[in-house]
Amino acid sequence: MIDETTSTAASQADKIRCDACPVMCYIKPGAAGACDRYANYNGELVRVDPHVVLERTVSHGGRLVPFQAGGDWDGKIVHEPGVFVTAIGAGTTYPDYKPAPFIVSSEVDGVDMVTVVTEGIFSYCGVKVKIDTDRYLGPEAATVRVEGEAIGHVTTGEYGSQMLSLGGVHHLTGGSKKEGRVTCDALMDLSNGKPVEMTIDGGATVVVQAGYPPIVNGVAEERMRVGCGSATIGMFAKQWQGKVDEVVVVDDHITGVLSEHQAGKLLDIPDTGIKMKGRRSTPGRYFQVAEPGTGWGGTNISDPLSILGPFNPKEARPGTRMLMVSTTGEHAAYFELDESLKPVEKPMPSALQLSVERIQENCEPALCTVLFMGGAGGSLRAGVTDNPVRLTRSVKDALTSVTCGGAPVYVWPGGGITFMVDVTRVPEGAFGYVPTPALVAPIEFTLKLSDYAALGGHMDYVLPLASLKDNTEVRQLPPQLTEPRSRA
Amino acid sequence: MTRLPQIGWLADGRRLHLQDGPIDLIVEAHGANADVQVAYEAAVRRFTGLLDELCAELDELRQPACPQICKLQGVVARRMHAAVAPFSSAHFITPMAAVAGSVAEEILGAMVQTANLSRAYVNNGGDIALHLAPNGRFTVGLVDRPDRPSLIGKACIESRDPSRGIATSGRHGRSFSLGIADAVTVLAATASRADAAATIIANAVDLPAHSAIVRMPANEFQPDSDLGHRLVTRDVGLLSQTEVMSALESGSGCARELLAAGLIEGASLHLQGETLTVALKQVASSDAQRLVLPERAQHLMDA
Repeated sequence: MIDETTSTAASQADKIRCDACPVMCYIKPGAAGACDRYANYNGELVRVDPHVVLERTVSHGGRLVPFQAGGDWDGKIVHEPGVFVTAIGAGTTYPDYKPAPFIVSSEVDGVDMVTVVTEGIFSYCGVKVKIDTDRYLGPEAATVRVEGEAIGHVTTGEYGSQMLSLGGVHHLTGGSKKEGRVTCDALMDLSNGKPVEMTIDGGATVVVQAGYPPIVNGVAEERMRVGCGSATIGMFAKQWQGKVDEVVVVDDHITGVLSEHQAGKLLDIPDTGIKMKGRRSTPGRYFQVAEPGTGWGGTNISDPLSILGPFNPKEARPGTRMLMVSTTGEHAAYFELDESLKPVEKPMPSALQLSVERIQENCEPALCTVLFMGGAGGSLRAGVTDNPVRLTRSVKDALTSVTCGGAPVYVWPGGGITFMVDVTRVPEGAFGYVPTPALVAPIEFTLKLSDYAALGGHMDYVLPLASLKDNTEVRQLPPQLTEPRSRA
Repeated sequence: MTRLPQIGWLADGRRLHLQDGPIDLIVEAHGANADVQVAYEAAVRRFTGLLDELCAELDELRQPACPQICKLQGVVARRMHAAVAPFSSAHFITPMAAVAGSVAEEILGAMVQTANLSRAYVNNGGDIALHLAPNGRFTVGLVDRPDRPSLIGKACIESRDPSRGIATSGRHGRSFSLGIADAVTVLAATASRADAAATIIANAVDLPAHSAIVRMPANEFQPDSDLGHRLVTRDVGLLSQTEVMSALESGSGCARELLAAGLIEGASLHLQGETLTVALKQVASSDAQRLVLPERAQHLMDA
């Protein structure tokens, strides 16, 4: 039996009374008050549309120790941390019930700086995803789907990585309603660092999460290859010399064969009579030894011998020692030729085991990286100045710096203000959406107050930084990520 | 203690944004510059302290309205009561059902009293009070999901039409609904009346005891909800075409009764992509309009 009195008392204790306005709502844990602005988060009253102020800390380029910079030393080791105002929670004018954007001024190095803070609505936006894996994800230009809806495609690969181009105005607004919604949700989740499962037509199912290793067909990737099969031969040839007669580095892209490779020739490694399948590119370098897949070195094979033809009896001799290894060192096997010149698997000698481990060690951790890319349209720029094109010119002339949630961006040259940002450097939960559908991303323009006036800025709406502090949240900027995060 | 509301301009520099607690108003007036200025000042003056006025009588405002007697004192509180009173003998309804429209009407009234305006509106989170001088007109965008606003149609209100209030109610907004409508938009003579009627019609769009509909007591989410332990709609699964139409018919039946009683001028009811309209001649609806860009949405009030 549940004691009703006790359970009621307990639930009474859980709710809190908000005193932000005279309505004085009782708010249950996890719920918001009547205004949707204040909520009960684990028993604490929090503002849910905070205006976020970031402290740009010293993790960003070491500790700044001013040397008698201004007047007498005050005894502090660290300079007052610079406070940077971001656009997160600044609000846009659409939908209309959010607070209006802010234009903030703060003193930086004696120059009166202006940060124009807005949350931009980006219909023209998407994410570029770099997935560090050799595994075959799907053919180039294949459609990438979430919940069966097309959200983007596989684009040209980069070194050691598969690339996806997702979103864009056609998937957001050019297709069916569902396609737009699913695309918008996927972009927002990816940008906010959440995992998204996608399937590639004629390829794999992959879970992508910014800052984490990719999961391809249910298997988490660990390492990014050190180089292609041929490059691996070049890098390790000298370490193999004398310890083994033949090495095959299995790679979906270019499989390398030590005895035929230029690196082997230079070391006078004799021919072994090996016969590779696939198409020979240059000596010791083979294309298409197998089909792409999620097996050895991004091919579809699980038995490495399946990419070899019979050894040439004129050159091969019994006892020939052969190492077969994938580009990441994840797969490796050691063989010796028997009397009939057939390779027979044997325990791997420890010297070779070390070289396999060396390959593994030189493979960097596999990571998914997500770059948000968006273009600031005329209307967004008009929120900053009454002559939008001057803002563009000012950005191009490097008088105005652009940031996204306080994170550095790369502004693509050419027309408009199209920028890219690493989503892991933007504070949590910074990206939102409107049902257009389009993504809402923070964007800040920082410039000298005098330059701001010169380009037609809304001078009447400039607020001093100190006036924001009452209803803002101070957050640390996340550091740049080099190691993958581990999944809890 | 004087508590001031937040007063600001939207980025376009011409729409006033007033916010206090749960009240968010977007205000725009048209007329001679001096008149517009005077009107905005009047709006700010009237808005200051308005929430405190309402909260002073909040307990009474959360009680079911008695059709005959009104114990409330404040002018806005009394307007809320008057707006819901016509429904309160047949339905459970508290004056809170008309709070948004009543506040919008009050602020608009303060503006129109002090200034000569050609057009003006006060938009309180979708519940809108309108002012139109002769030959003026407003084009109003219709939205079926207040949580994800996108346009599903437009309605045109001209000065010779009797409507001066628009309100939308449904299960997605800030307040709870007893029905399953995504949105019910009502045009009525005043914003407060439109607000109350939209609540009643949205409650009537329903499929009682349907297994795909999840209902929970209102006070489990908002302990001080005026709906108390009444079951409010939390989720609606996918319904068949027949079920959608049957729920909409039940709501439009209610709307036609209110129309006949002279309480509303028209209504547009939306559920899972289907729309039924009652006495709204100018509602233009097309799927293509859903993809309207924010820039355009902002200008819909400009027509």
